[in-house]
Amino acid sequence: MPSRRSIAATGVAALIATAIGIALSYAIHWFPVQASTQAKNTDTLYHVLAIASIPIFVLVVTVILFSVWHFRMKPGQELQDGPPIHGNTRLEVLWTAFPAALLLGLVSYSFVVLHDNERKPAGKEIVVEVTGQQFAWTYQYPPSVTGGAPFSSTQLYLPNNESVDFAIRSKDVIHAFWIPAFRLQIDAVPGITTHYRATPDRIGSYPVVCNLLCGVGHSTMRSTVHVVAPARFEAWVRSGGASQSSTG
Amino acid sequence: MRTTLAKLRAPGLYRAGLGFAIGIAFATAITWVVRSSTGHATFHHYLSGDAILTVSLIASPIFFLVGLGGFDYWLYWAAGRPTRPEDHSSHGAHSWKDYFRINTDHKVIGIQYTVTAFFFLLVGGLLAMLMRAQLAQPGAQFVDANTYNGLFSVHASLLIFLFVIPVFAGLANYVLPLMIGAPDMAFPRLNALSYWLLPLAGLMMLSSFLAPGGAFADGWTAYTPLSIDAPIGQDFFSIGVQLAGASSIMTALNFLVTIITMRAPGMSFFRMPLLVWANFATSLLVVIATPFIAASQFFVLLDHALGFNFFNAGKGGDVLMYQHVFWFYSHPAVYIMMLPGFGIISEVIAVKARKPIFGYRMMAFSLLAIVALGFTVWAHHMFTSGMASWIRIPMAITTAIIAVPTGIKIFSWLATLWRGILHLDTPMLFALGFLTTFTLGGISGVMLAMVPFDIHVSASYFIVAHIHYVLFGGSLMTIFAGVYYWFPKMTGRTFDERLGKWHFWTTFVFFNLTFAPMHILGLEGMPRRVATYASKFADLNLFISIASFALGLSTLIFVYNIVTSWRGGPRAAANPWRGLTLEWQVSSPPPIFNFDRVPTVVGGPYEYGVPGAVHGIFAPAPVPATVGGGAPVTTGGGVHAPSE
Repeated sequence: MPSRRSIAATGVAALIATAIGIALSYAIHWFPVQASTQAKNTDTLYHVLAIASIPIFVLVVTVILFSVWHFRMKPGQELQDGPPIHGNTRLEVLWTAFPAALLLGLVSYSFVVLHDNERKPAGKEIVVEVTGQQFAWTYQYPPSVTGGAPFSSTQLYLPNNESVDFAIRSKDVIHAFWIPAFRLQIDAVPGITTHYRATPDRIGSYPVVCNLLCGVGHSTMRSTVHVVAPARFEAWVRSGGASQSSTG
Repeated sequence: MRTTLAKLRAPGLYRAGLGFAIGIAFATAITWVVRSSTGHATFHHYLSGDAILTVSLIASPIFFLVGLGGFDYWLYWAAGRPTRPEDHSSHGAHSWKDYFRINTDHKVIGIQYTVTAFFFLLVGGLLAMLMRAQLAQPGAQFVDANTYNGLFSVHASLLIFLFVIPVFAGLANYVLPLMIGAPDMAFPRLNALSYWLLPLAGLMMLSSFLAPGGAFADGWTAYTPLSIDAPIGQDFFSIGVQLAGASSIMTALNFLVTIITMRAPGMSFFRMPLLVWANFATSLLVVIATPFIAASQFFVLLDHALGFNFFNAGKGGDVLMYQHVFWFYSHPAVYIMMLPGFGIISEVIAVKARKPIFGYRMMAFSLLAIVALGFTVWAHHMFTSGMASWIRIPMAITTAIIAVPTGIKIFSWLATLWRGILHLDTPMLFALGFLTTFTLGGISGVMLAMVPFDIHVSASYFIVAHIHYVLFGGSLMTIFAGVYYWFPKMTGRTFDERLGKWHFWTTFVFFNLTFAPMHILGLEGMPRRVATYASKFADLNLFISIASFALGLSTLIFVYNIVTSWRGGPRAAANPWRGLTLEWQVSSPPPIFNFDRVPTVVGGPYEYGVPGAVHGIFAPAPVPATVGGGAPVTTGGGVHAPSE
């Protein structure tokens, strides 16, 4: 039986490793920039998941390393067996109930985030229709946005701090409309219209990525979303989606 | 001349080749008859290369198997001719040629399965190396996009259907009958047939690279409608999966009947080794789930070849239906590819830690819990598919909860290590490596159950990292552990321990260097299944490619060790690990009929450290001593010398 001292020392080492792991999970630059309110919620969820996961991984590795250190076969033990321990009901109940509670807690929290991300905000919301086809995206701005005739563009412009409801369709095969800076995606499926809602909150240009294999041109099915000040968005819409090279 | 004719008449590879040719002729004839009887109004040409090829893909393997002799017994019986009763003269293998014919010995079939599966592991790994060569720098430079899409599609298909699933069936084929004290599997002829479907399935998938238009190139998932408009190579997948799936189902039925009906006297369910439990659970999954992927690929085949419009939205088809049917198999398939590995790890850890498995019954029950829960989580692959949004809620909950039985297993293995006497040799190193890498794969799996997070990383490189942590860091680690653990039993030889350790450390290190950075790529926004990528991902991708080449090279250590040890390694003892389970109580390799005397099981399989404990004896059990499982039995027939 290992001494209490070595178990305590290992426990302290595990706590330090956990602290370092959690610090690293904040220090490492995991994500692209946050450009939507949804991105902030999802990134927070990610950090909570990391904080919950790291102690469990450290626990597993610590027990393995401690066992290798203390219980490895020493000379003279070649024919010996360990103690015949068959189980411990209290321990088994504990490691069934505790993970179950933790997992239900995490998944409940994830539903809260999901609800927040998908809820219609109180303010103004515009609709943009997105069409995927091999191997390009086009964006239609309906009369509700243009105030006149609808128009279609290969450029995606969005007003900053206004909610947008994307209505997504496909002309041929399945594509996925992914904006990593928003942390949002959904498939464009032939025959149905899918939706997601984003509230951009950072002016700039970000990649739009097709994230579902759609054929030989899949790797190059890219577009850009330009998040601009509402006044600039109005001007762009009035010009009928005239191509603008500069953003900001 | 006469000998050639005799060879063509006798069951074997020559007649199988003839059957293959007859299959092509049959396909040509039947398409010609159908087309010419339908007339010029429908077809411009009465002969079509595509039609002949598709029908050949179905017909030739069947004719090949008839030629090989896979159906001889049943055909003789059906024709009313005298059947040749199995005299077991074909049992055992006397030369390498015996592995290339129908053989009903489960030990021969186990080796056929395992070696074939490893052949496809090397081929699939080679395809991965080609992919990493392409991805070393952004901008296509090595293969074109269509070839690249074919590479990852065939890579995944081979490693799932021709490596992980069948290699577990192969190892269990060899050791499971031995572990339960049976002379063979319940249905030896079915066993032989199920093996021979595999090389056909694998060669079919591989040969799709030669098809007009290239290999099937829409992933192993073959999502519709992309797969419907694909070139003819798609049929090589649709039909190849049917062969591999049929093989899986046959073997699973065989395992179920073998486990239920052929256990040695005294072996109650709760005296079965956990490897047997694991294959029992896996076989339940296989027989229930596999028909769903068969159906999904029949839909694709009928849509692709004959225009059934199952998935044509403009003609009333339903695109999302495909994904539901596909994942109803393909999620349980993840457990089909993992549970047998759990069984292997339980065997290795109990023996190498010299302790009983901690919480044996919970280990068995958690397997069954995974079987049940495994059928309730499939739509977590579809959180971003556009399906009805409410489905995400129950599927996220079940996906999180299925981590509980998996966690029970991890914690029980850790508790088994505690206060044991750890023999840190090659099988044990792979088992411990498995515990760490699989835990990481499990953790990223729980993260993916969280819908908002999954919405961001679904189908990104984060998923590539996750599935390789589960299937490589999980399944393949257990496979290596199992191959090293039973190598002495299967070959009668001892492997080189030093090379085994080198293999472990190179695999463990380069596996993590290859796949860990992929998590970051996915979070940063790199999609999977792309032949090129944004330049900001270049550094990490180059790093991954270099690490993956080193990982590929590490496999050569394994191949060299296995080949040289099998040819000329030192003779293995019957029980080199001092294991209690029955397979170690017979010679290495075992006698042709496994047991010269039927064993009687008198205790649990892992009673290490219990003074005088035995699992099985080769004499009738003394009646009162069997009560209570672990009661010491001290007859002269005891097969395990109690340790001090």
